Formats: sequence, structure tokens, C-alpha cells
Amino acid sequence: MAINTDKNVYTVVFAAVMVIVVGSVLALTASGLSDKIKENERFEKQQNILYAMGVNENVDEGTVNFIPADKVEAEFTKYIKEQLVIEGDKVTPDPNAYLINMKKEVAVAKSGGTPKLPLFVGEKDGKKFYIIPMYGKGLWDAIWGFIALDDQMVVQGVYFDHKGETPGLGANIKQRYFMDDFVGETIMAGTEYAGIEVAKGNNDPTNLIKDDNEVDALAGATITGNGVSAMISETMNLYKDYLKTIRTN
Amino acid sequence: MGLLSKKDKGLILDPLADNNPITIQVLGICSALAITAELKASIVMALSVLFVLAMGNVVISLMRNIIPSKIRIIVQLVVVAALVIIVDQVLKAFAYELSKTLSVFVGLIITNCIIMGRFEAFALANGPWKSFLDGIGNAAGYGLILVIIGFFRELLGSGTLLGFKVLGDPIAKTGLYALGYENNGFMLLSPMALIVVGIIIWVQRSRNPALVEEN
Repeated sequence: MAINTDKNVYTVVFAAVMVIVVGSVLALTASGLSDKIKENERFEKQQNILYAMGVNENVDEGTVNFIPADKVEAEFTKYIKEQLVIEGDKVTPDPNAYLINMKKEVAVAKSGGTPKLPLFVGEKDGKKFYIIPMYGKGLWDAIWGFIALDDQMVVQGVYFDHKGETPGLGANIKQRYFMDDFVGETIMAGTEYAGIEVAKGNNDPTNLIKDDNEVDALAGATITGNGVSAMISETMNLYKDYLKTIRTN
Repeated sequence: MGLLSKKDKGLILDPLADNNPITIQVLGICSALAITAELKASIVMALSVLFVLAMGNVVISLMRNIIPSKIRIIVQLVVVAALVIIVDQVLKAFAYELSKTLSVFVGLIITNCIIMGRFEAFALANGPWKSFLDGIGNAAGYGLILVIIGFFRELLGSGTLLGFKVLGDPIAKTGLYALGYENNGFMLLSPMALIVVGIIIWVQRSRNPALVEEN
């Protein structure tokens, strides 16, 4: 059977059928899998928060090893003592604060509104960690992460992730050698909540100077690095009023 | 006779050398520049393209007699995009870690001109089995070049291979670095990928003069 595939009517009908078929297949896949995907995303957030406060399964200096997904829920309730939502001057506990979408809240803050900012208080070996989510933009797309501070405003750990930074360059913000550099850095410059800058050529590649608000940048990833700097300083801006209440030095 | 006829073997082997999609047809250059700064990313990209190109070629080949020629490019795009999105969703649900590694590549796979090129040049005119072999062959040819570029860029640019410090530690000054060797940071930037591609093309053409175009 030969079909005349050059006819206009055939072309239009084919296009319509194709759109309906492909559309339904994609919609079915997406809705069928969405529960499982949401659960994975929830576990991932818990893993990231715990990772920032140093609860992870890192064995050597090379790779990032999270608490496995099947154990993370229990570990999360064990280590995270409090989940707070900061809305202006109001601070309320909320057991689902970790599900707050930082992208939305950052947008609210930028448009002049009052964002609902989540903050997690973790406790490990008698030490308190204040874990703050961050959201910003890199070169191609979104970057986000978590930063864990102690009550002296010294970084205890960070976790960065990204949606689509260049593999091998900007994507390396989620590598240990980049993230580990932040540990021990202070976010304070005097009494300013200055954040930490990802700096090129700060003559400190092994990051021995911890009070300069700088870590060594990644070669070939200038814009992503600038994005990380901007993300940290913007987050500090959002949280500084609350951080003032917990700072002890 | 073996599993593959001589012609079928040619479909797989030709794109590896004398009809390589990158060095001869000059397709898929953009992704070859973008993601080859390290070997691991090159391998992941090569495998992803292998899967998508083989599957897509089969699907397009099965549909070749009913696709209206006026909108065939759009149909091809829809097929690639749908395939990639479905794979991405399934991975997100059942292999979340892997999907995180691959998500960066999704956009680059859809826009890879090798895929559209093979649909257009081969799958629309040949049966599913041949198209499948053609897909495997071309993706392997593409992947081979990617891995070669990734190997040199990671080795010379970062002094590592697959993340292992094969040349010693640049900060602690061990291995080669003790002799004063420095990583060439320029290798990490895209222009050097183009230069490596150029060198591969040069080597290939001087070994096989039949490939050199007459003016």
C-alpha cells in the first residue's frame, strides 16, 4: 500500500497524531514515575543537608559518598534536631522545612517580598551546626547547595550541586577538592557577613589562609565560580538578621 | 558466514576510521568541544549517544515510509527528544545517581548533529537492522574521537585520568611535578579540543592520502 506522504492533509494529520501520541506517552511516563522521582528528590535533599554537616560516608579524599538512600531518613531525624522557617522576624519550627523550594523563596526576596527561609539545626558529637540552603545561577543554569556554619560563623562543610554546568570545568564545584576548601573559612569580615569569594590567583592554592573570605577558583570555570560567590553572599544577606541572633563571637 | 555480512560489518567499521563522523564528516563538533575536558564525561557522552542513535535510527527506519517529507526534520527531532526524555525520567525514578551524572548531557544529545545527520542520511532510506548497525557504528566512531580528545585533555590539562592522579600530585610536588612539570591549564579550555581534533584529522589524512580533498 503506497501512501502519498506529500499531501498537505496527510502532513497535518500525521503531525496531529504524532503530537497526541508522543504527548500522551510522555505524560504517562511522567505521572507514572512522579511519586518515585519525588521520593528520590526528597532523599537527595536529606543527603545533601547531612553531607554539609559532615554526616556522610566519605572514606578517602577523592569522592563524595552520601548516606545511602535507604538509611537517610532515619539519619536525618537523628542528626537534624530542629527545622526552622524564618519569615521576617518570625521564626517557627516546621518538620517539613527541608521541602521548601529555595528557588521560589529567592525569587520572592528579589521581588521585595518576605521569603520563608528554611534553616536546619544539626547536632553531632555535642556540636551544633546551622545549615543554610542556597540557590543561585552558574554559567548555563541553576546552581544550589547547603552551607553548614557553627556559632562562630565558621564554615563546617558545604555541598554544591548544579543543573548543567560544563562537565570537567564548572561541574567540578561538586568535587571534593573544591568543596573541602571551604571548610574552616569564616564568612565574617569584621562584623560584616561577607560570605566567601571564589577567587582566581589568590596565591593560596592549598587554602591555608582561612580568614581571607577566599577559596581558590577552578581553572576554566570563572562564571560558575562567580556564581558560587554571588550565591553565598546573597544567601548571607538573606539570613544575616537571624545569624546575628546565634553568633557568639 | 559470520553473524554479520560484509556489508553490515562495513556499516559498523567504516565510521570508526575512513568515514568518521567527527574527523571526516565534521559533525558533532560542538559536543566534542564542550564535554571532553575529562575522560569520564567523554565516556558517558559516548555511551549515551550510542544508545540514543541506535534506538532513534531503528524508530525512524520503522517509520520511514509514513513520515511526510515536508516535516521529516521535525519528526526526527520529536523522536530524539521523546527518547531522551523517557530515558531521563526512567533513570530518575530507578537509578537516581546515574541520572544526575547524565542530566547534563541531555540537552547536548538532543542537539547533536550526528543524530539528525544519520536519521536524514541513513535511517530514512534503509531497514531497521541496517539502521541499527549504522547507529552503533557512527556513535562508536564519534565516541572513539571523544575518548581520544578526553584522554589528552585530562592528562595534559589536569594531570589525571578518570580522576586518578597519574602524573603525581601538583600541589605536593610529587611524581613528574617534582621535576618542574606544570599542568597546561589551556588544555581544559574548548579551543584546545578543536586543536586536538585538528591534529587527529591531520594524522588520519597523512596516513590515508585518499581522504585528502583535491582543490
